[in-house]
Amino acid sequence: MRALTWHGKHDVRVDTVDDPEIINPRDAIIKITATAICGSDLHLYDGYIPTMQAGDILGHEFMGEVVETGPKSTLRKGQKVVVPFTISCGSCYHCGKHQYSACDNGNPADNQDIGRELYGQPMSGLFGYSHMTGGYAGGQAEYVRVPFSDVGPIVVPDHIEDEKVLFLSDILPTGWMAAENAQIEPGDTVAVWGCGPVGLFAVQSAFLMGAERVIAIDHFPHRLELARKFGAEAINFEETKTYEALMEMTGGIGPDAVIDAVGLEAHGFFVDNVIDQIKASMFLGTDRTHSIRQAILACRKGGRVSMPAVYGGFVDKFPLGAFMEKGLTLKTGQTHVQHYMPGLLNAIVEEKIDTTFLISHRMALEDAPKGYKMFHDNQNEVTKVVLKPDFAIAAE
Amino acid sequence: MTSETTLAPGQRDDAPVTTSKSVHSDRALLAEAITINRPAQELYAFWRDPANLAPIMENIQAIEKLDDRRSRWTVKAPAGREVTWDSVITEDVPGEAITWQSAPDADVANSGRIEFREVAGRGTVVRATIAYDPPAGALGQLIAKLFQREPRIQTRRDLKRFKQLMETGEVATAARTRKQLEEEQA
Repeated sequence: MRALTWHGKHDVRVDTVDDPEIINPRDAIIKITATAICGSDLHLYDGYIPTMQAGDILGHEFMGEVVETGPKSTLRKGQKVVVPFTISCGSCYHCGKHQYSACDNGNPADNQDIGRELYGQPMSGLFGYSHMTGGYAGGQAEYVRVPFSDVGPIVVPDHIEDEKVLFLSDILPTGWMAAENAQIEPGDTVAVWGCGPVGLFAVQSAFLMGAERVIAIDHFPHRLELARKFGAEAINFEETKTYEALMEMTGGIGPDAVIDAVGLEAHGFFVDNVIDQIKASMFLGTDRTHSIRQAILACRKGGRVSMPAVYGGFVDKFPLGAFMEKGLTLKTGQTHVQHYMPGLLNAIVEEKIDTTFLISHRMALEDAPKGYKMFHDNQNEVTKVVLKPDFAIAAE
Repeated sequence: MTSETTLAPGQRDDAPVTTSKSVHSDRALLAEAITINRPAQELYAFWRDPANLAPIMENIQAIEKLDDRRSRWTVKAPAGREVTWDSVITEDVPGEAITWQSAPDADVANSGRIEFREVAGRGTVVRATIAYDPPAGALGQLIAKLFQREPRIQTRRDLKRFKQLMETGEVATAARTRKQLEEEQA
């Protein structure tokens, strides 16, 4: 089959590799019909994520058609499914509590050591995101092997277009969980840092959960414009003093809940020397954690902090004093995708949530390297690249 | 776990002795605990049959059942060599614990105990304690290599695979093809 493979910094290629096979009883093989490049894939592209190996197949946002099933899979050939990026067994204590990203068993035993070293306990496996998260081949390919296919993939009606449901795989549940973690009450004002896909879905979700006002903060004009279409008020932090603006816009109280959807934008693990390397090479050490610091300072006393943004290691200058003195609550975590998929599929079918607005580019899988470069070079206009194996290859 | 109202003489706290900072011994001693979301009896029964264990243990090539209490363990060694020893179950408490010891002529004298304790709502806490004498001499070095990585890490990974198999019915692998899986297991 053809697959997008990683070979090093800014070097991804579409190669011919062996087709995946059923290995374990609960596996299924999915023929990919649509897959997206995630903002966190750019960190692989930029070479920031350790434990990548040449030839690794990328991609953790994907969907397709079931073409083969193991004896314990509950899927049937021909079904249309969206696959969550978290690989979770459904049988362990954490899956029982719907904490799917904390699954004990999704990550192969040999790969769990590093998570234990870094975080105390290892987390679930992920598709296409380095060997620390399991080393699983991703879905930017013609076919993918999906473990625990009786638990992860959600069957979607045939008549719904791929583009409407594709983002159930990651960014829509991530934005929704971000808003849920903000514990929004009717009448609340919610401020969202970062208008990437997760931030934009958090804006939509916050309104659905009863927020009276949502204030979106970014510096890309096109992304702020998208947030405004959903009813958010925009702050462009390059033009405006964010803290002062938030205070004035909330009558000096501060937002009731704040959502940091900036962070490192990565789903993976960062070891500390990698963070140091980023800081050293890009002088971003403070900028990268600026959003969570500002969010905590702006948040009203007794308010809630939600952090869907991914942080991998240690963070400098975390305002622990403000956090304690103001009595804030912080909720965060990798998304428990499987928990949110059924409800969000309904919301899509009932047209309460729109996801297709996000897609700025559609390309053939064969053109994926161009898609990575474009996404990397122009984040204002390129909001989402969707790859389709059967899409016509662009003329040179 | 119940604790006495006062600590015994020489006992500093309630933590397991295997986590002490000050116990030094020529015998390597380690313990690992894992919680498995299955009943104790089921886990005990699996562990009681040595034929079940080789697939979840990274270094073990084969375990041959000799009789109800004795089994022969074969470990892969460098340069195509093999090391074999007999293991004898010395205590067997059905549904609760198994204790074993290597036969007197073993190259690596080792002993161990695995305990199964049910915890409400969480399944069973499985605790493995393993003790062995690091061997001396050229053979010793060879055998030390068998234990490759730190024995504690090895034990932890073996227990994780045990947990995966018992909770999910399979051992997780990222292999994309059967050929890759065989290469990983070689």
